[in-house]
Amino acid sequence: MTTEVDRDELIRQLTARVEALEAQAPKDALALGVIQGGLDYTMAAFIVALGAAAYDMEVDMFFTFWATAALRDPKKPAKKGLMDKMFGVMLPRGAGKLPLSKMQMLGMGPVMIKQVMKKHGALSLEELMSQAGELGVRIHVCTMSMDLMGIKKEELIDYPHMDFVGVGTFVDMAAKARQAWFF
Amino acid sequence: MDTAELGALSVAKQVDARGTACPGPLLEAKRAIAACPVGGVMEILSSDEGTKEDVTRWCAKMQHEYLGDLEADGYWRVFMRRTK
Repeated sequence: MTTEVDRDELIRQLTARVEALEAQAPKDALALGVIQGGLDYTMAAFIVALGAAAYDMEVDMFFTFWATAALRDPKKPAKKGLMDKMFGVMLPRGAGKLPLSKMQMLGMGPVMIKQVMKKHGALSLEELMSQAGELGVRIHVCTMSMDLMGIKKEELIDYPHMDFVGVGTFVDMAAKARQAWFF
Repeated sequence: MDTAELGALSVAKQVDARGTACPGPLLEAKRAIAACPVGGVMEILSSDEGTKEDVTRWCAKMQHEYLGDLEADGYWRVFMRRTK
C-alpha cells in the first residue's frame, strides 16, 4: 500500500521531472536565418514570418551577410571610413533596391516583379516589414556582418523589435524554437 | 455544414480580404478575430483559394471551429466560429 509519505515523494519527483522536460521542450517559435539578401528570398522570409505570426508563433529573424543591407534606410546617412563607404555604395540601399536572385536582367527583373506583385495585390517588401513590426516579429541583426560591410546602426530602418546580436544568440533561439529555416 | 446552412449563418464579423495576396487574408483574419464576439461567426472573403486551407489549419491551431466555405463569383466565403 502506498503511504501518504510515498505519495508526496512521488509527486515531488514527478513535478521535478515534468519541470525538467518543460524547460527542454521547444517553444512555439520559428527561427529564420536570412542570409542571401535577394528581393525574392527576403520577401519569402517575411511572408513565412507573417504566416507564423498569424498562427501566434513567436518569430525571430536573424539577418546576416548580404541580407543585412535589406535593413538599410535610404534616407538615413551614416558617417563612414573609406572602405565602409565603398561597401556602402556597392551594397543595396535598403529593401527597395534589392536585386533578384534570378531574372535580374540588369535591373529590369525587380521592376517587372514589383509591377506583377502590385497587380495581384501582393504586399511590397516594405509593407511586409511594417506588418511584421506590428505583429511582434523580432529582427536580430548580426553585428559581425555589420562590421564587415560597414553598416551602421544609425542607417537602419526604424523597426520596433530590432536588436544587435552574435551567432550565439541565434543558435540559442534556433535550438529553443521548433524549427529554423534559412533564406 | 452544407451550402444552405453556411449561406443561412448569421455573421457577427465580416472581413473582406479580396484582392489581397497571401498572407493578406490570413493576417486580416487574425486582426479581425478580436472584433468577433466569442461564439460568433466570422466570414472571410478572399480571392486567394489558399485561404480555405490556411484558415482551416489556423482554426485547428487556435482552437476555433472551422465551419466551411462557399465559392462565389471569383472569390471564396470562408466561415468560422470564434470559440474562445
